[in-house]
Amino acid sequence: MKKLIIGAIIWGMTAGLSLADGHSVIRMGTEGAYPPWNFVDDNGEIAGFERELGDELCKRAELKCEWVKNDWDSIIPNLVSGNYDTIIAGMSITDARKEKIDFTTNYVMSDPSYYLAASEDANWKTGVIAAQSNTIQAAYIAETGATLVEFATPEETISAVRNGEADAVLADSSYLKPIADEDPGLMFVGDKPIIGGGVGMGIRKSDTDLRNKFTAAIDSMKGDGTLNALITKHGISEQLF
Amino acid sequence: MFEFCANPENLSEFSWLSCYLTTPKHMNLFYSVGTVLLLLLLTAPTALLFGFGGAVMARSKILLIRLIGNGYISIVRGVPDIAFFLFFVIAIDQFLEWTRHKIFCPEWSEPIRQGNDFVVCTIAKLPLNSSPQWIHEIYGFLLAVFTFAIVFGAFAANVLYGAMRAVPKAQIETAVSFGMTDRQVFRRILVPQMWVFALPGLGNLWMILIKATPLLFLLGVEDIVYWARELGGTKTAKFTSYPHGDWRVWYFLGLLVFYLAFTRVSEAVIDTLMKTLSHGTDTLGGNLQRQVGR
Repeated sequence: MKKLIIGAIIWGMTAGLSLADGHSVIRMGTEGAYPPWNFVDDNGEIAGFERELGDELCKRAELKCEWVKNDWDSIIPNLVSGNYDTIIAGMSITDARKEKIDFTTNYVMSDPSYYLAASEDANWKTGVIAAQSNTIQAAYIAETGATLVEFATPEETISAVRNGEADAVLADSSYLKPIADEDPGLMFVGDKPIIGGGVGMGIRKSDTDLRNKFTAAIDSMKGDGTLNALITKHGISEQLF
Repeated sequence: MFEFCANPENLSEFSWLSCYLTTPKHMNLFYSVGTVLLLLLLTAPTALLFGFGGAVMARSKILLIRLIGNGYISIVRGVPDIAFFLFFVIAIDQFLEWTRHKIFCPEWSEPIRQGNDFVVCTIAKLPLNSSPQWIHEIYGFLLAVFTFAIVFGAFAANVLYGAMRAVPKAQIETAVSFGMTDRQVFRRILVPQMWVFALPGLGNLWMILIKATPLLFLLGVEDIVYWARELGGTKTAKFTSYPHGDWRVWYFLGLLVFYLAFTRVSEAVIDTLMKTLSHGTDTLGGNLQRQVGR
């Protein structure tokens, strides 16, 4: 056992020594389960709005970027422990999150969230509402009179409505629209609350340099209209910069 | 993969399915089966090694070593797996990075812990940020093997400790009276005879280990359960050439068959091993074999 531990330590010390100069590669963490923002395409690659946006931002900031998938629930802990350097996963800027991490300037403005239900008279006010855990929508429902059921992935929130476990699901309209378009059994009901302060990239608090670089890149994309074009192309939001 | 897959919407059911199941995304599912098997293949012997070490230490005549052995067994057995997986892996990763940081960047003046952040210098990162993603995956995989081995090693240690005590006292006393030293008794009498007592417990552990592999996803390794969930989820035509409804139940059914088949094969192997190990021992199984004249 001792030999194994010593072996592991020596391996740990020497691994990657030959590949010195680890600078300039930025690891971009995303969820990969939230179309059209980010998802895994047929080729097994991360695709969607944030893939295109992230690649363009890295080009403008002259950074080499690599994409990493991480599930939503542990996406902030794994950022602060250094597994990747940014979160680009449709994450809204909120005060609670700001206590743990920093955000770049927003690249999507706060857009209304929709209730999606299986019938027109679904009880979205005081019924059972599904939402993904650790999202602004989950926090919002907890404040209203409805009963909140949380799921780890967006996919499961939709299934909960389909199989009757929940009366409705509250999520970003951009995520729900393609689903409602294809399924005649699902429809939008009730209010369209505007929650959150827009979507930005999450960056470690100690990484001020990186935050400034990405903020500058986002601003330059806002300036020349390319960001608006991307937002419209992927149907992310009606609000344009 | 096939030529005719270029336009999936005009295909008949069978060829659609053959195209669908061979997308590069599905290949990830098939690779992950290999990942799980490799994990089991590497973890089982490592855990056994840890278990053997733990059991020997728990039997030691020296108090300190005995305490270490017993401490390892009872602490790891008492901590829930999931807590262990969340805590231990991050701890060992940060320990390695911290040590590398001290060695490579002695001139670094900023603190490593800044609020929530764990910051080490760029060349102390493990793996380096510049390493390709597969190196990161292998690193995560090895951490997983190590963690699994520690956890299951503690259980194996407990099983082996019990098995060593179950070897008939008369056997040990006879060996001593033949003038064997403690080491010789241990090597020639105790260890060869204990396996038959340990096997039912170890077999159980193996079964549990097979079922525990989905914990891999907690460590950032994409295992079969992750891919089954991802591939089975509803796919709208906007984002894929192969739209389908919620097929997770079929994917999980596939997993069920996989795990059942795998545990069934394991059971058969363990039974055979048990027969072989019982041969010539003073146990129920061994005596039965003697009676029927084998």
